[in-house]
Amino acid sequence: MSAAAAENRATNAWDALASVEDPEIPNLSIVDLGLIRGVELRADGTLEVALSPTYVGCPATDVIRRSVELALAAAGVGAFAVTSVLSPAWSSDWITAEGRRKLEIQGIVPPIETASSMRDLLRHHQPVGCPRCRSIDTECISEFGSTPCKALHRCRACLEPFEYFKCI
Amino acid sequence: MSASIAGPDAQALLRYVLRLGDMSLVLGQRLGEWVGHAPALEEDLGLANIALDMIGQARLLLTYAGEVEARGRTEDDFAFLREHGEYLNAVLAEQPNGDFGQTIVRQVLIDAFQLELYERMAASTDQRLAAIAAKSAKEVRYHLRYSGGWLVRLGDGTEESHARVQSALHTLWPYTVELFAEDELDRAMADRGVAPRLPDVKIAWDRRIDELLAEATLARPQDRPYSWFGKRGQHSEHLGYLLAEMQHLQRAHPGARW
Repeated sequence: MSAAAAENRATNAWDALASVEDPEIPNLSIVDLGLIRGVELRADGTLEVALSPTYVGCPATDVIRRSVELALAAAGVGAFAVTSVLSPAWSSDWITAEGRRKLEIQGIVPPIETASSMRDLLRHHQPVGCPRCRSIDTECISEFGSTPCKALHRCRACLEPFEYFKCI
Repeated sequence: MSASIAGPDAQALLRYVLRLGDMSLVLGQRLGEWVGHAPALEEDLGLANIALDMIGQARLLLTYAGEVEARGRTEDDFAFLREHGEYLNAVLAEQPNGDFGQTIVRQVLIDAFQLELYERMAASTDQRLAAIAAKSAKEVRYHLRYSGGWLVRLGDGTEESHARVQSALHTLWPYTVELFAEDELDRAMADRGVAPRLPDVKIAWDRRIDELLAEATLARPQDRPYSWFGKRGQHSEHLGYLLAEMQHLQRAHPGARW
């Protein structure tokens, strides 16, 4: 296979992956979330797509994997293999600028810190701004929301609840 | 990867990985019992999410155990087809939920243990364990933030809530001794750089727990001599009931799938 053809397959794969949405956060693709660790052509011609799980117990992980396989098959990228990459562990730092923008559109506040600044998570509480009225007079109701990746917050100024995408 | 390990080394690693995986699995099952019963929707979600993380850790660890053993057992075989005495979790994990306060106390004690253990194990010479530990440590920080936050609210709350969590602490404290009771296997794993040294984990755990207890205005109970050894398969009767419920479907309908 020529280098151009290989390049073409990888580009098609990336396009297909960009169409796979997170099952819990529609509109947000798995590429936006930074779940794809790489797309590489193996010597035997198999296109290897490396995927990071977000949380170890997240039920969406299996759904995402199946959606990836379906999307790659539909895009006709040829023989492919989807592998799971545990290390380095997925971090919310890998969410793209586009991903953060899409989270905001849905009223989910993207992480306000980086994982490295979270070392002392237990003592450290930065105020999370309300996505509706922008007040920083907010409180955390629970560290866990409708999915493991989000926490529940409430704005004391406008009284609306909102979700925060946790920094991990 | 540990594909090159064989013989007694593989046996020891298998038992050690089962200790870790069984603690996560059993605690995950316990937390799952709260689904639909927690005091508020937020806590239902919180406990269920922590349960999911625990099951996720267990899946990674029990799958690895199967690879180390190399006899074709899967994560499901380990979870659903082992007996009471083959489970190697510390007895603390299988203790009943009690009231919400007792569940929170059990969670704080184990979260702090897992956090200090996994943060150190991220540097394990066993690459697979290092990866699982690094991934899990990130999540356990949120577990402890949740459980620790509740411990402080309940301990430094009303007279009733204070009395209940203090009593739960007295009930569960004796089981914490086992977490740090270093045996031959713990030492062998530490010597090989697979696991951190338990006395080091204990020092860090003590510091964290003492800080939390002080903030929660709770008194630390005295350590007492301890006779259970879940890490060697000697369990309290509670585990039998837990397994009966968890394993019932696979025992009644072997190989059943969704």
